[in-house]
Amino acid sequence: MEPTASLGGQLYWLASLFDPFCGPLGLLNLLPEGSLLSCGDTGWGDEVARGFFVTITLALCTLPIGLTIGLFLALAKQTEVRTLRAAANIYTTIFRGLPELLTIFMIYFGLQIAVREVALALGFESGFDINSFVAGTIALSLVFSAYASEVLSSAFKAIPKGQYEAGYALGLRPGKTMRLIILPQLVRIALPGLGNLWMILIKDTALISVIGLGDTLRQTGIAAKVTKEAFFFYGIACLLFLALAMVSSVVFSKIETSVRRSGVNR
Amino acid sequence: MSVADELIPPQPAPPVAAFRWTRLRILGATLLGLWIAAGIALVLWLVDAWDIDKVTTYGPKLLSGLATTLTLVGISVTLGAVLSVPIALGRMSSNRILSWIAYGYVYFFRGTPLIAQLFLIYYGFGSFRNELEALGLWVFFRDAWNCALFAFTLNTAAYQAEILRGAIESVTRGQHEGAAALGLTRFQTFHQIILPQAMIVALRPYGNEIILMIKGSAIVAIVTVFDLMGETRRAYSRTFDFQTYIWAAVFYLVIVETLRNIWEKLEQRLTRHLKR
Repeated sequence: MEPTASLGGQLYWLASLFDPFCGPLGLLNLLPEGSLLSCGDTGWGDEVARGFFVTITLALCTLPIGLTIGLFLALAKQTEVRTLRAAANIYTTIFRGLPELLTIFMIYFGLQIAVREVALALGFESGFDINSFVAGTIALSLVFSAYASEVLSSAFKAIPKGQYEAGYALGLRPGKTMRLIILPQLVRIALPGLGNLWMILIKDTALISVIGLGDTLRQTGIAAKVTKEAFFFYGIACLLFLALAMVSSVVFSKIETSVRRSGVNR
Repeated sequence: MSVADELIPPQPAPPVAAFRWTRLRILGATLLGLWIAAGIALVLWLVDAWDIDKVTTYGPKLLSGLATTLTLVGISVTLGAVLSVPIALGRMSSNRILSWIAYGYVYFFRGTPLIAQLFLIYYGFGSFRNELEALGLWVFFRDAWNCALFAFTLNTAAYQAEILRGAIESVTRGQHEGAAALGLTRFQTFHQIILPQAMIVALRPYGNEIILMIKGSAIVAIVTVFDLMGETRRAYSRTFDFQTYIWAAVFYLVIVETLRNIWEKLEQRLTRHLKR
């Protein structure tokens, strides 16, 4: 149930200091005692807030993994080696075509079976439980990387060949050309597409609640079952996701302006 | 300045570069080999695990689940298309209030997960049971299938409204002016000039939206609708046989890929007058 437990209590304690919901300066402390969303044992505020942080953590853990795999896939789709392109395309076709929920179940149950088999082969008796946070991160990374590779490879196509040639003419090696010349431009072109993918990723994290991760949707769901105020709590869940989307769009437009500023005016 | 008085004799074409196993080629061959090996292993495993009892018990159920999925998506996408027209018009309207309402609708349904919307309707509307009973709507919202249909319709209407709006706004102003100069009425302009051009722009996003709905519809399994995903989950919970998930994956991949290819053909055919 407690996905962040392995990460250590200190991190959680540090986060709770700056907790905008139930921390010392939390918003929900303004509510009257005994309301549905107040903190502590009387209300559900802290439980929902914890779920909200799990949602954010999950999305933030998935992003770098998915982006890295996506970048390598996009590079593979760029090469002239046909086998490499085909391998990358198979990956994209599979993980873009499968429903996210099915991917999540397959990773969750598949990993469980695989780990049990390995454990039995190594001579361990009792099976291990797969952490739903880990399974969720893996599944979401697979889906995210498949989509990201498409965004990145179309961004690659938007960069003219002359940029590579200029890099080589300056005596830069392929790796350095990529890092110093191509990638900065790639970021600028791919950013709007990646922003969309981030929004989709946030929404997809809600699906991990079905394999038992205590994220926003699951925590509000528990509150809804106990208090019988389903509309109120699922409404809160929707509003939390909306808030996340709004904050992300502000952050992304900030990043976009700052990236565009560093570009040459043409 | 020198003058060449002797032409260079014709040269043979440069020799074809010899095939070399570069690092990338080795990597590509390895990765593709891994995929092929995984595919063969999967097929062998499926053949090995083929159990005629299970196939006759769960096969028809999976197929009926597939039909449920397709029906659900078909109806909700159609209803959503109808509902999206007023929303898109509201979004483009010069009336502040109307456009804000439409914007709020679209923002809510695109900004929240479909599964949260489904829960809000299926579990949440239960909070208003008395009111709904008074209105005679409880019979509708009591049923998970209806709730899923309702949620999906509202959701896809928001996405389709944005597709429609983007497509209509992509038609240049000159087209409106040209139609006005020809003396066409507003309805004629919209129907005969704007819409055909907008639909070509909207074709690809519409196809993507249908695919997204097919994939997204898997979540109805959680609110006890037995679609393809629901039947798969039921079969897995009875047999603990992982191949049920593999079969579901195959079904989903085949549907999505078929639809994608049909759409590509359709687009090529409909835009053939634009190709040069």
